[in-house]
Amino acid sequence: MGKDFSSALRPAIVMTILFAVLLGLVYPLAMTGIGQTLFPAQANGSLVRDARGTVVGSSVLGQAFTADRYFQTRPSAAGKGYDGLASSGSNLGPASQALVDRVKPDVAKRRAEGVPGPVPVDLVTASGSGLDPDLSPAAALTQAPRIARVRGVPVDRVRTLVADATQASILGDAHVNVLALNRALDTLSGASTAGARPR
Amino acid sequence: MTFQGWFLILAFIGILLALAKPVGLWLFALYEGRRTPLHIVLGPVERGFYALSGIDPNEEQGWRRYAVHMLLFNAILMAFTYAVLRLQGVLPGNPQGLAGVGEHLSFNTAISFTANTNWQSYGGESTMSNLSQMLGLTIHNFLSAATGIALAFALFRGFARRETKAIGNFWADMTRITLYLLLPLCVALTIFYIASGVPQTLAGVVEVQTLEGARQSILLGPVASQEAIKMLGTNGGGFFNANSAHPFENPTALTNFIQMLSIFVIGVGLTWTFGKAVGNTRQGWAILSAMMILFLAGTTATYWAEAAGNPVLHSLGVAGGNMEGKEVRFGIAASALFSVVTTAASCGAVNAMHDSFTALGGMIPLFNMQLGEVVIGGVGAGIYGFLLFAVLAVFVAGLMVGRTPEYVGKKIEAREVKLAVLAIAVLPLTILGFTALSSVVGQGLAGPLNKGPHGFSEILYAFTSAVANNGSAFAGLTANTPYYNGLLGVAMWIGRFFIIVPMLAIAGSLAAKKYTPESAGSFPTTGGLWVGLLVGIILILGGLTFLPSLALGPIADHLMMIRGQLS
Repeated sequence: MGKDFSSALRPAIVMTILFAVLLGLVYPLAMTGIGQTLFPAQANGSLVRDARGTVVGSSVLGQAFTADRYFQTRPSAAGKGYDGLASSGSNLGPASQALVDRVKPDVAKRRAEGVPGPVPVDLVTASGSGLDPDLSPAAALTQAPRIARVRGVPVDRVRTLVADATQASILGDAHVNVLALNRALDTLSGASTAGARPR
Repeated sequence: MTFQGWFLILAFIGILLALAKPVGLWLFALYEGRRTPLHIVLGPVERGFYALSGIDPNEEQGWRRYAVHMLLFNAILMAFTYAVLRLQGVLPGNPQGLAGVGEHLSFNTAISFTANTNWQSYGGESTMSNLSQMLGLTIHNFLSAATGIALAFALFRGFARRETKAIGNFWADMTRITLYLLLPLCVALTIFYIASGVPQTLAGVVEVQTLEGARQSILLGPVASQEAIKMLGTNGGGFFNANSAHPFENPTALTNFIQMLSIFVIGVGLTWTFGKAVGNTRQGWAILSAMMILFLAGTTATYWAEAAGNPVLHSLGVAGGNMEGKEVRFGIAASALFSVVTTAASCGAVNAMHDSFTALGGMIPLFNMQLGEVVIGGVGAGIYGFLLFAVLAVFVAGLMVGRTPEYVGKKIEAREVKLAVLAIAVLPLTILGFTALSSVVGQGLAGPLNKGPHGFSEILYAFTSAVANNGSAFAGLTANTPYYNGLLGVAMWIGRFFIIVPMLAIAGSLAAKKYTPESAGSFPTTGGLWVGLLVGIILILGGLTFLPSLALGPIADHLMMIRGQLS
């Protein structure tokens, strides 16, 4: 056993150093170089800019929308909500009082907006990351009448926006990117009913 | 449950079955030490590494030497990572200016990544600098995976070789697996992930003003390069706290699918490699069949439970399956499938929060781990764990029908059975012992977020995940305390190395035996009867041991949930 140990010492130390350099430095740095060259937009977080060139968010990452004139996002357990430095789910169990206490007022809010039938589940549940960029088409369409009312646009135009922005996938569920949808919404009201946007 | 959901699950299984042979062939070339096309580029690197470390790759090692070299290498790697984490505050590559990682958290994390567990008591974005992620953690993702596959090769040689002490050379196995399998695949996967929207930069935080005028800090980093090996090496340690649920780690349904395939692909290939190594590929297919039966059963149960949804929420006027803790772009089916894949395979990455699954939906991931991570399992660890069960299965079959226990040409005798029982007994003893302790002492009870049986499930899940070297969590548990960091660290170490050493001893003992050709008196280890026996042994040993603990946790939780009784 002693001989086994002494024969292992040099390879163990040298291999640790060599692999640390190869896998811990060369590999990630080379990948960074390749990524920055081939896909600079994605490698730097898929940032979205407005007409003036100001960064307004990332197309991949969710951001909070709470105003009535926008499609509102799901509840978020990331920090105080959509915190990019504190991703997290709620981790509440299915029969937890805290979960019920959170969901109840959210359902009541949708009822007050005039949502008649069952509320789509993703609209009142927190995502895994707290940074979910999407809504289900049902959760977006539920909000269409409110948005049309607040913005003074025909509800069908809002629904068409949702349909246009819906991304289908056979490997996952159909979803709508909320940031893209809300940016489309802003251009829509700006073009059609200028001045009708209440602030 | 939807047509699309079942299509996803069946497509996943179909693609894996198609990959078993090609991947298995590549692994077999590495097992044999054959030259591959990649040697033209990476051969000089391999030879350079041997020369600098003073290694003769052709020197064969007995099981003790193989074990000592493997253990010392892992111990030094662990110390290296501990140092990197402690010194984080003074090292470069730290754009957020984070302080050094604390003592007990560094202890826990260094063991965790060495043991291929990647349990994370911390949130990555608020704890680890870019350099710590790369130099401290990414290297373990490669090397703990390579160690696992090397150990599987050693056991394969035990079955395949005759009357020898030699079971291979640890350094040659580990280096070849890293250079000719993991690294090239990760380069390709990293480029795919970046193209799909996973960041890869050395920059830190970007401040943005949102459409509503609020401020949002977006953290970037070298995410893609870690993501690739995190899945392929069944490590599971995320760059971000939310792991593969985070849109920067897993931005689309397609990346999600590729991540799930990455988790399983090497483990599936190894079953074929085993068959080839022992001279009958049907032996490998028999193992894969048993694994796939258990996998499909688990997937069906979780998918059904999650699609049925949470009756507590339904009574509030909410419609749909259980979406608490899940991402919309994946939905129910892809989240349920991911949870079963990651716990069957000892990966531990999550794309949805298991803590918020329905009680039964969350029980399946827990049960998968309690079976010993042998349904595909961790890279290498899955197949060597499975072969321990196979040794017990031929022994039990021998007792039942009065035949001499033999497996793939080797007589299974008292020594092998004792060692296999020793390795398998580690799991229930440590999991149940540590869970019981934490359910009575104050520092243990301080951990759970949820009350009632679900809180007990959080503790049980944590120790199951640690000992099984999985690393996923019922993440409501506050684990970043001296108590949990220390105890979970010990649990991970026991769960990895207290299984490996008896397993290598079996490899050594088998290699020394002579070949016993199959005869009319042998119990056939291919075909339906054998597959059924394997599934039975795994379920009886795993299932019966843990059933009482499951009754206290998820099953009690389920009964409360369907009665609408809150806690």
